[in-house]
Amino acid sequence: MMTEKNLKLDQYWKANLRLVLRLLSVWFLASYGCGILFVEFLDQYTFFGFKLGFWFAQQGSIYIFVILIFVYINQMKKLDEAFKNQKEEES
Amino acid sequence: MSVQLLTYIFVGISFGIYLYIAIRSRANSTSDFYIAGKGVHPIANGMATAADWMSAASFISMAGIISFMGRDGSVYLMGWTGGYVLLALLLAPYLRKFGQFTVPDFIGTRYYSSFARIVAVICLIVVSFTYVAGQMRGVGIVFSRFLEVDINTGVLIGMGIVFFYAVLGGMKGITYTQVAQYCVLIFAYLVPAVFISILITGNPIPQLGFGDQVIDDPQYLLSKLDGIMTQLGFEPYTSGIKSTIDVFCITAALMLGTAGLPHVIVRFFTVPDVAAARKSAGYALIFIAILYTTAPAVASFARLNLFESTHNVSYENAPKWFKNWEDIGLIAWKDKNNDGKIQHANGNAFEPVKPKFNEKKGVYGERLITNAASKDNNNEVYIDRDIIVLANPEIAQLPPWVIALVAAGALAAALSTAAGLLLVISTAVSHDLLKKTFAKNLSEKKELLFARLSILVAVIIAGLFGIYPPAFVAQVVAFAFGLAAATLFPAIFMGIFSKKINKQGAIAGMLIGLIFTLSYIIYFKFLYPEMNSSEYWFLGISPEGIGFIGMLLNLFISFLISLATPPPPNNIIRIIDEIRQP
Repeated sequence: MMTEKNLKLDQYWKANLRLVLRLLSVWFLASYGCGILFVEFLDQYTFFGFKLGFWFAQQGSIYIFVILIFVYINQMKKLDEAFKNQKEEES
Repeated sequence: MSVQLLTYIFVGISFGIYLYIAIRSRANSTSDFYIAGKGVHPIANGMATAADWMSAASFISMAGIISFMGRDGSVYLMGWTGGYVLLALLLAPYLRKFGQFTVPDFIGTRYYSSFARIVAVICLIVVSFTYVAGQMRGVGIVFSRFLEVDINTGVLIGMGIVFFYAVLGGMKGITYTQVAQYCVLIFAYLVPAVFISILITGNPIPQLGFGDQVIDDPQYLLSKLDGIMTQLGFEPYTSGIKSTIDVFCITAALMLGTAGLPHVIVRFFTVPDVAAARKSAGYALIFIAILYTTAPAVASFARLNLFESTHNVSYENAPKWFKNWEDIGLIAWKDKNNDGKIQHANGNAFEPVKPKFNEKKGVYGERLITNAASKDNNNEVYIDRDIIVLANPEIAQLPPWVIALVAAGALAAALSTAAGLLLVISTAVSHDLLKKTFAKNLSEKKELLFARLSILVAVIIAGLFGIYPPAFVAQVVAFAFGLAAATLFPAIFMGIFSKKINKQGAIAGMLIGLIFTLSYIIYFKFLYPEMNSSEYWFLGISPEGIGFIGMLLNLFISFLISLATPPPPNNIIRIIDEIRQP
């Protein structure tokens, strides 16, 4: 996702906010979207013997939460490195 | 060997391990005592967080609640896991970077005000004590059912163990004990779940099993359960009866509350650096998800088993577990149609809902109750939801060692959470109230002594809650989340992500959030419980979900007041810049 190797604090912070916003939209869609708001609609489809909306509410959303945190950990690792490179260059 | 003997052995061994770990990891400084010297590995911290987080409520009660709520039970599943995403993305790394001991530390410093710190301490103590009380009840239930000791003796034993390792090792001792407790509790949760999944569906993975076909029957488990429940006059298991807005708000209140719970947040102070704080939130959620994805499977297996093993079965031939739990008053049966058989149906079997036994036996040997039979339904059975997980291995006729294992697991869950909570309470007293507010020149040695003393006081109060449970405890535990969501979460969140919010804004926000949420709950739960139904609720939102509205109000008020008052001073802006860097 990151093309730049060097980031200043405000760039680092903005990139961080963009990442968090994107991840939280998925978080919202998976739980409040699929598990609550569209649950009745999704229930017309079946998924491994579950109604799809029910599966999202009791299983799927939780798996997605775990994936989201690990995506965040990896992306932030890259951001942190870019920020550190910039700092070293400055000093 | 008998179940009871096996239980003594399992519980005895696990307690021995906890004590051994406690002796090996004594705390020598306040840093050791409060935050384990910041030396905990992310995976170990993930396990400790998971054990800290998964309480008697998660282990004992949750699957039972879902079992009776069907799809509506997913508010707990999503609410209590989704909060970790917020914690990992919005709070944990920054609070670790800030690098102090407690949550009030952060709020007091960021909002440059002792008053803000004290408000945070009050919120923390209210939230944590309601929570501890629930743990002690869990300990009492397990001891009285499986070890057949008096509930009070059980609570005293539990208090003694927690006191010993919390006072000796502080956060360091608690952390490594919690790692062991996680292993015990997750093993104890999975073993019966896997057995039951194989018995019912032939699939060894419970997460897949409850979507599978039932053995010797072409039907899928969930549609079979839906069918049975519809026949008995219930709503189908896989559809909900709560309104969408209420489900939305309860889930949000639980998520935000989870992210704002002090005993969970403080766990992220114990790791070496920011990256480790992020990682341990990830590991914590994996370890939690293992139990949380199993729970709904256990819930549906248990509901099906319950109907199949007792519906239309004569009381004389009822399974042994039914009578065991009746003996301690968590199951009751009233033969409404005088056919000698147990019948389930939708609705509460009697008025009032909880059975009152009169110490006499009926014609079939059942314990008689003084409650009146409710006339609008044919339900004859009262089942306390807390027994589902504990009774599940017996209902599925699993071997005695599995039952003993579940008892040890339930105790691990209750004790690990109680210890974590007691530690944040004592830290708030010795560090935030004494060292940082009222006795600023306290030496480290004295502070450590006060920390240990306040754990002693907190353990005694928690024990008293367990021995003399106030009637409101069970109801209040769920509200701890609403309060955390409406007070602590927004204050921390805005403290990191906004440079505009100042001390006036944050204090007003926390107070408004606290007062609004608390009064809504008190109004509907204690003053006018007869009006506690959706037609009287604000926008159809139940007291369980009102914390979400409280949080929105908090954000709004903080923002408005911060606009009208002077911005935070420059040194605070520098602190914010500092914590935003990795």
